[in-house]
Amino acid sequence: MSSKRPQPYFSRSQVTLVRGVWMLVTASLAFMTLFPLFWMVSIAFKPAAESFSSNLIPQSPTLDNFIYVLTAVPFIRYMTNSFLVSAAVTIVALFFHTMAGYALARLRFPGREVLFLSIFSTFLVSLPVIIVPLFVIVKAMGMLNSYAGLIIPAIFNAFGIFLLRQYYLSLPKEIEEAARIDGAGYWRIYWSVILPLSRPIMSALAILFFLANWNSFLWPLTITSDPNLWVVQLGIANFKSQYSASWNYMMAAATIVAIPTLILFVIFQRQIMDSLKTSGLK
Amino acid sequence: MTTIAETAARRRHAGRTRLSAKHREWIAGYLFVLPDALGLLVFLGVPMALSLALSVFEVNGFGGYSFVGAKNYLRMWNDPLFWKGAKVTALYAVMLVPLLYACGLGLALLVQRTDRFNTVMRSMFFAPHMVSLVVVALVWQFMVVDKIGVVSRLTAALGIGGFSFLGDPNFALITIVLVSVWFLMGFYMLIFLGGLQDIPRQYYEAAMIDGAGAIARFWFITLPLLKPTSFFVIMVSMVAAVAGAQAFDIIYVMTKGGPANATAVLIVYIYQQAFGFGAFGYAAAMASILVVALMIVTAVFFALTRGGRFNHEQ
Repeated sequence: MSSKRPQPYFSRSQVTLVRGVWMLVTASLAFMTLFPLFWMVSIAFKPAAESFSSNLIPQSPTLDNFIYVLTAVPFIRYMTNSFLVSAAVTIVALFFHTMAGYALARLRFPGREVLFLSIFSTFLVSLPVIIVPLFVIVKAMGMLNSYAGLIIPAIFNAFGIFLLRQYYLSLPKEIEEAARIDGAGYWRIYWSVILPLSRPIMSALAILFFLANWNSFLWPLTITSDPNLWVVQLGIANFKSQYSASWNYMMAAATIVAIPTLILFVIFQRQIMDSLKTSGLK
Repeated sequence: MTTIAETAARRRHAGRTRLSAKHREWIAGYLFVLPDALGLLVFLGVPMALSLALSVFEVNGFGGYSFVGAKNYLRMWNDPLFWKGAKVTALYAVMLVPLLYACGLGLALLVQRTDRFNTVMRSMFFAPHMVSLVVVALVWQFMVVDKIGVVSRLTAALGIGGFSFLGDPNFALITIVLVSVWFLMGFYMLIFLGGLQDIPRQYYEAAMIDGAGAIARFWFITLPLLKPTSFFVIMVSMVAAVAGAQAFDIIYVMTKGGPANATAVLIVYIYQQAFGFGAFGYAAAMASILVVALMIVTAVFFALTRGGRFNHEQ
């Protein structure tokens, strides 16, 4: 480093050392980030007496907490509700959003830009801010304490429409033109050309929608009082008020609620992360 | 496959509609957008407007509405808990936005290189975002239980303990902010990674030849070229913080707004008023103020990003 111009290049061993330290720092930060989740799973396998011991690996692992939670509380019922609601929202939302995204990207009609901008402007309106009037509307429609009330309002959000429109803008025009020359109408083009081409982005969105609805809490909390309609997030929040001192049960319940989404993530992490990375910005 | 009849029909069709081909495209466009447009109108547009309308009514226990004019707004003006909520919300945003920015960007820089190791690390940093906020709140509440929670004991061992994370009004909001950062930082890391990818390599190479160190390169290349991303991150996190998008679930499970309203962000206070006391009109008045604030933020955001199109021109 004694030459006149400072050399930016390091020797090979220095590069290896720097990279090694860098990786070590990254790995320890990653472990710290995941620690709460490890801890949750760890306690779920510990007997009550061991709940507050400081070992991450349980000394005497047991499944009793899970068995107790699953028999004391209808978690299976809650999970079925969550699954039905999330799946219904995902399917209907994808159907509507691909239609709207296609039209907003590819069809020409007066007011298209205004329509798109109005849709986009709802992008940042989040549920907590409109929860009171939304409750009033859904109540007036007679959808309190019903699957319809859980599902229908959750379908509509600008994020998916926006993402699909951006995707369709990037598709080559020639594909639909060929279909049009063959005499296909707009519905036909949408159904047999656009939809098959959307498969990659649709699978990414499907995962995102499903996850968002599986994890949603505020809306189900507001409109369902009937325990038969409770989704899993409500089930566990209510479980907390009943078993607030039994942390081993609570962590078992939390693990049961968290595991499905974590498994989904492990399987689909690339799609999930890619779709989010390109969501807002491009 | 095509029968003569079909061909004839198509020819007739084409002949008849040559004039109205444009109109057919119009109609198709409207029909395709209709379900979403209608849904967004009913479940987002109307509620936003209704918020204002509801705010001038008082709701009695049987669901009857009586017009009260500006009474709810006056009540708000004189309600110390409303002002407390506004203050807590502002504090939450002021703490959350810079912390999230720093953590998101820091993590992105850490795992910026594309190799297998970093891909795994990215997923690990993002994993908390996959867990529901209710579970997040439960797990953290367990970890900071006074004296015996693992974090409480760790901080005590480091000599900075002795306080109650959620029981002490001075620390409860900070705890909520830190939990929110833990949940959100992986998501913002991804957004920053997207931004970093758009910076051309050559800029760094040129700077290295000129002898710029890592700090200089970060300061004079990365930060300026990351401006659109930074802008997006700050706006989105600010709007989320003010609207209580994540805060609500965490606070509802961890503190219910306590202790001494130290964590009662506006949205939690509004929720308590509406669904705890049935004060729908009053809650709507407070929500309207929030909607107006968010609309202003959104409008500014919108203008500065050229209609939300960012760098996509079409």
